[in-house]
Amino acid sequence: MTLINVQGATRDGNATLTWLFRNHIWLFLGLAIVIFSLASPYFLTVNNISNVLTQGAFIGILAVGMTLVMIDGEIDLSVGAILALATALAIGLQESIGIWPAVFVGLLSGAGLGFLNGAITAYSGIHSFIVTLGALIGIRGLVFVYTGEDALMVPDFSYTEYAEIYLGPVSITALIFFTLALFFQWVLSSTRHGRETFAIGDNIEASHDAGINIKRHKIINFTICGTMAAIAGILLSMRLGTAEPNAGRIWELWTIIAVVLGGTRLTGGFGSMWKTIGGVMTLAVLRNGLRLLNTPNYVELMVMGAVLILALLLDRLLSNHTEASG
Amino acid sequence: MNIQPPLLIVNDVTKTFPGVVALDKVSFDIRPGEVHALVGENGAGKSTLMKVLAGLYKADAGEIIYKGEPVHITSPLNARQQGILLIHQELSLSPELSVAENIYLGAWPTNRFGVLRKSRLNKDAQAALTALGADFGPNVRLGALSIAKQQMVEIARANAFEANVVIFDEPTASLTDTEKDLLFATIRNLRDRGVGIVYISHKMDEIFDLTDRITVLRDGQVQGTVQTSDTDVGQITQMMIGRELEAFFHRAKASFGAEVLRVENLSNAAHFRDVSLSVREGEVLGLYGLVGAGRSELVETIFGVRQMDGGEIYWKGRPTGRLTPRKATELGMALVPESRKEQGLVLGQGGRANISLPHPDMFSHATIMNVAEEMRVFDTYKERLEIKVTGPEQVLSDLSGGNQQKFVLAKWLCAAPKLIILDEPTRGIDVGSKSAIHELIAGLAEKGLAVIVISSEMPEVLGVSHRIMTMANGRMVREFLGEEMTEKNLIEAVSHDAPRETLAG
Repeated sequence: MTLINVQGATRDGNATLTWLFRNHIWLFLGLAIVIFSLASPYFLTVNNISNVLTQGAFIGILAVGMTLVMIDGEIDLSVGAILALATALAIGLQESIGIWPAVFVGLLSGAGLGFLNGAITAYSGIHSFIVTLGALIGIRGLVFVYTGEDALMVPDFSYTEYAEIYLGPVSITALIFFTLALFFQWVLSSTRHGRETFAIGDNIEASHDAGINIKRHKIINFTICGTMAAIAGILLSMRLGTAEPNAGRIWELWTIIAVVLGGTRLTGGFGSMWKTIGGVMTLAVLRNGLRLLNTPNYVELMVMGAVLILALLLDRLLSNHTEASG
Repeated sequence: MNIQPPLLIVNDVTKTFPGVVALDKVSFDIRPGEVHALVGENGAGKSTLMKVLAGLYKADAGEIIYKGEPVHITSPLNARQQGILLIHQELSLSPELSVAENIYLGAWPTNRFGVLRKSRLNKDAQAALTALGADFGPNVRLGALSIAKQQMVEIARANAFEANVVIFDEPTASLTDTEKDLLFATIRNLRDRGVGIVYISHKMDEIFDLTDRITVLRDGQVQGTVQTSDTDVGQITQMMIGRELEAFFHRAKASFGAEVLRVENLSNAAHFRDVSLSVREGEVLGLYGLVGAGRSELVETIFGVRQMDGGEIYWKGRPTGRLTPRKATELGMALVPESRKEQGLVLGQGGRANISLPHPDMFSHATIMNVAEEMRVFDTYKERLEIKVTGPEQVLSDLSGGNQQKFVLAKWLCAAPKLIILDEPTRGIDVGSKSAIHELIAGLAEKGLAVIVISSEMPEVLGVSHRIMTMANGRMVREFLGEEMTEKNLIEAVSHDAPRETLAG
């Protein structure tokens, strides 16, 4: 809170501009769609858009949980591993306890591990980066032990038909992503817990002084994040019918990239699910578009890396601009 | 004048920190509908007392009687629930939340599912804001408001939580004149509704303008409480000083050579404007001012840590152009910064590595460090400054503040600078090391170095300087020489309120 930004952007005249500066991701998404539509005749087809939505939804569901944790000023690196464990449990247990109990155990494992991440972070004071880095390695190890290093197969392939439910061109996976994103956007904007997430990420001392139970609050958000990872894992198991021990590897990175690309700040206190939807979709459009153009995988990675840095540079420039003007 | 019984009575409250008695049997009281000023020099105990009242510190002894009952204030939340609100110098708000959310932070109305009742929240917040005469609504994002308006949001908490006692800690430190008028109107508004107000400030004109009574603290003790209408600036200043200059200060013999540094109309938009000064060989120039006056920013700009927006720096009569810390070091300047832990030292390393850090050329050849040279310099300064350290590799975080500070000095002195700038050189250091550093300053000046000393401790700045310049609100106020260098003059100079609005843009 320096003297410089006091006079700040209060004038209503440039409110639209300010909104755009704070939501630059939609510019990127629009630009990406225009470019790929021009570059490839297959891009703007119902079939392909439907594909993009489904492909984006897995990272998207992880990103919903990650957004909550990041607005809190924390991070969760273990989401990819939690996803893999939920996938493995949901498929591996079907034979012994039945489909839905297995799915339930898968979900529970995510919630439980998320709770553990949160509890260790909140009570030990160790940074969540370290705690969840440990969790990432440990849980992945557990997955390998459980699957015996081989892919598990679903006993009854009718299980994979759930993933084929469509509402028009929109798959159930994409629907679940959008529903969760909208629901948690409402939580962020309209519930006490959601608004406190911003307060804590923004000014943890003021929040503490105001009597907010920060430990409980953070544990809840880590639990939600773990549960989201498990939901993504279950949906993945339905889609593939197998559980690979390597499922969801480095997805935590794509998730963080999507959230940060959207404009949610790593330092906490600022962000929204709208931004995350924008970030997730931009990422999905880029990956899909580059593949339609037959871009080699390594070029794809280079483009994605460049886009991430560019988007953040832009964010930085624009936020400096809004703070310095007026 | 005011015959109502006090709202809050502080009775013989004592608070000690290791080695310091911050509050020594302090007693004072606050009546409903009065503005009670609390004044004293830096370190007199004002902030400690306020933190005790706000639940941030626990008193070692004594009692607090609130509305006729002894109370224990256990936390800031607890203080707020009881109706005691502290408004910090630095606001404790969340810029990304709305005004209403900030006012009620921690106590938002919800239905039984945890869903915010926004209309209720906004309605309540609107009422609290209207009572203050605010011209903005509860729905605005806090970060979009000016500092003064953000402060109103914090004050609106007083209405929202029906506070009986509101404590303001240096509330005008970052306000323009118009914003200050707004704040004063707000404070008077609270007062007229029977709230007891504690107003901490260094600025005498504000205190005499606003307050009903004044309590003076010095060295953790209450020097007295007076009616504002019965006293004057002279009497209050006398009560604030009232002590003899300590004897151990050692001032360098006055023998000045050529001018080393001259600064003309130097400006840095956010912190200070049109500052001119000069210092000669063998001279100790003191810079005195209140916290936030812009002293540290001034010397950081001279040294090139911060960018200058205007003005000129001359080194031995030649304009230097834009400086960087590296260039300034090469010219022969050295800056011993205010916070030795953050800016001065790499605490996780030993003395040897710290000394050579800013002088890569002196201690290395073709990027290979010359360890033998490092050792030699380490030994020289260990002896010369009498640093208590087991060896060149002992990590500095194990040393006392005084010995750490000696390493900061060693690190700069080994390059044989022509000008050394010391920003609060003895802050947080025990008395013995303090006088050693004062002697060292005198010794350096006698060897012909130009020295600039920034200090918030008046006896120190008076004791070591040949000449003192005072700063307030980013401006040079006055220069004092010889006989004029008295505590009274300095206090009056910095309490004078220089215009501020030109700096806020």
